[in-house]
Amino acid sequence: MSVTANELLAVMGARELRDDSTVFTGVGAPMMASVLAQRTHAPRLTMMVEGGVIGPTWKPGELPISTNEMRAAYRAQMLPAITDAFLLAQRGFFDVGFIGGAQIDRYGNVNTSAIGGYARPRVRLPGSGGANDIISLCREVIILTVHEKRRFTERVDFVTSPGYLEGGDSRRRAGLLFGGVARVVTTLGIFGFHPESRRMQLLALHPGATVEQVREHTGFDVLVSPQLTTTKPPTDEELSILRMLDPKRQFIG
Amino acid sequence: MTIAPREYDFVAARRRLEAKPKPAGPKLGSLEDAAALVKDGDHLALGGCLYSRTPLALVWALLRRRPTGLIFSRNLMCYEGEWGMVAGAVSKVVTSWMGIGLPWGLSRIQREFVEAGRVEFEEWSHLGLGLRYRAAAMGVPFLPSLTMLGSDLMGVGGSKTVECPYTGRTLHAVPALYPDVALIHVQKADRLGNCQIDGYPHMDGDIARAAATVLVTAEEIVSEDEIRLHPDRTVIPGFLVDALAHAPYGSYPHECYGAYDAEPEHFTAYVDGIRERGAAGVADYLERYVYAPASHADYLALFGAARRAEAAARARMLTT
Repeated sequence: MSVTANELLAVMGARELRDDSTVFTGVGAPMMASVLAQRTHAPRLTMMVEGGVIGPTWKPGELPISTNEMRAAYRAQMLPAITDAFLLAQRGFFDVGFIGGAQIDRYGNVNTSAIGGYARPRVRLPGSGGANDIISLCREVIILTVHEKRRFTERVDFVTSPGYLEGGDSRRRAGLLFGGVARVVTTLGIFGFHPESRRMQLLALHPGATVEQVREHTGFDVLVSPQLTTTKPPTDEELSILRMLDPKRQFIG
Repeated sequence: MTIAPREYDFVAARRRLEAKPKPAGPKLGSLEDAAALVKDGDHLALGGCLYSRTPLALVWALLRRRPTGLIFSRNLMCYEGEWGMVAGAVSKVVTSWMGIGLPWGLSRIQREFVEAGRVEFEEWSHLGLGLRYRAAAMGVPFLPSLTMLGSDLMGVGGSKTVECPYTGRTLHAVPALYPDVALIHVQKADRLGNCQIDGYPHMDGDIARAAATVLVTAEEIVSEDEIRLHPDRTVIPGFLVDALAHAPYGSYPHECYGAYDAEPEHFTAYVDGIRERGAAGVADYLERYVYAPASHADYLALFGAARRAEAAARARMLTT
């Protein structure tokens, strides 16, 4: 089966999730990844969604477009007020958080606010939404994004959601005592961060992708792990589940 | 720095509340009477979230009065924010995110107005804004939090940090936001203004406590006995409410949990108008949907009863 970009992100994102854990997820690829994990290796994974939803059982073919509409709440276990949902993450109940990102830099900082100056931007983007909270409050964060040079930039124009800020221990020094970006899952491979410098580092390539290709599509110098591996391609089972969940291909593309 | 001292002045906010009568009597009046309580320059906190339980009937009635200088704040701002900008009613938007959703792309109106500096746009994280309302709902000037620290969002509104007096740790002192008016749509209320919400609570309980004046529309006005039968489901007590109006389909074409689904095709047509004509597309839309209809019922008639019934059927399917 041929694989779309979003299918690849959903499959690779799902594989990062563990059973008996909790995930703060959004719509699109993160939602697909979370449900796929539940239906494969992590049946006891609990999902929470930003609009104030805990433990939904989304209906195949009726997946939510927004995090706070009825489809997102389908057969949920609880609908807390939005502030209370985020406060569960601040308390430390969320193992993993998923976010996307318009612009991301070598320290995992994400910009979804503005391209160009902030006051009078060249392109005004929608804003943080819950991304800043998820990256600040979950135990670890996984960023899912298409790998494009314009997204992977030396320094983001504006830090909407803090990764490791200027690297080293600058995140901790800013008062962010917990969490951090664990993985950046892209359409070319999987990245982590060097334990001291906190610079982004290529850990694994997806089948068919090369280090040269990663360099070509990244706007900063990429570290490559000495233990570079290759991911296993999406299985027919994984793809079938995604396509059963989204028969109209609204989210998997 | 764009937050104003009056937004977090908890002493003044409390005095304002203390000076207000809090009658347990009937609040039920017309939509127009409720909207008339808004004054030019007021800060309005809008309930619901994105295209869910948006107080659209109240926004509709308000814009018809051609207000100016308003501040709109909302957790996730949908196209009511675009309406406010294009109508010339809103000079500042406070939110964590603006748009309709992924399928509709970036808000071209947000881009046009913010990029040209025609409207002030103050961005918070979703929890950051939630805690601003929560702090006000609690009657305090700020709440300590771990969110937004280290990010450039700290500088947008002028956030400050505070050293914890017990642990010495650095925390974000999220400033309270005491709005002048809260606009809220609920499924059920009795004539005294006791409100019950089905499904998502969003931030409505907090903004009703945070604001000086509370305007509510309800899908259904139920008997006082029905409220008293399930008092645990009441999220806004009547003594908080200043004006209540009966507004069936009061969020339409946004969704109202359990009552009706949203109309994504209508959103697409609205966005197509903007793609073709920019802000003039919104101006035309406002003319047709907001200013021309003589009543909210006439506004609803533009969508047709059959379409509304289908939206109601979809909602039942999604919540039962």
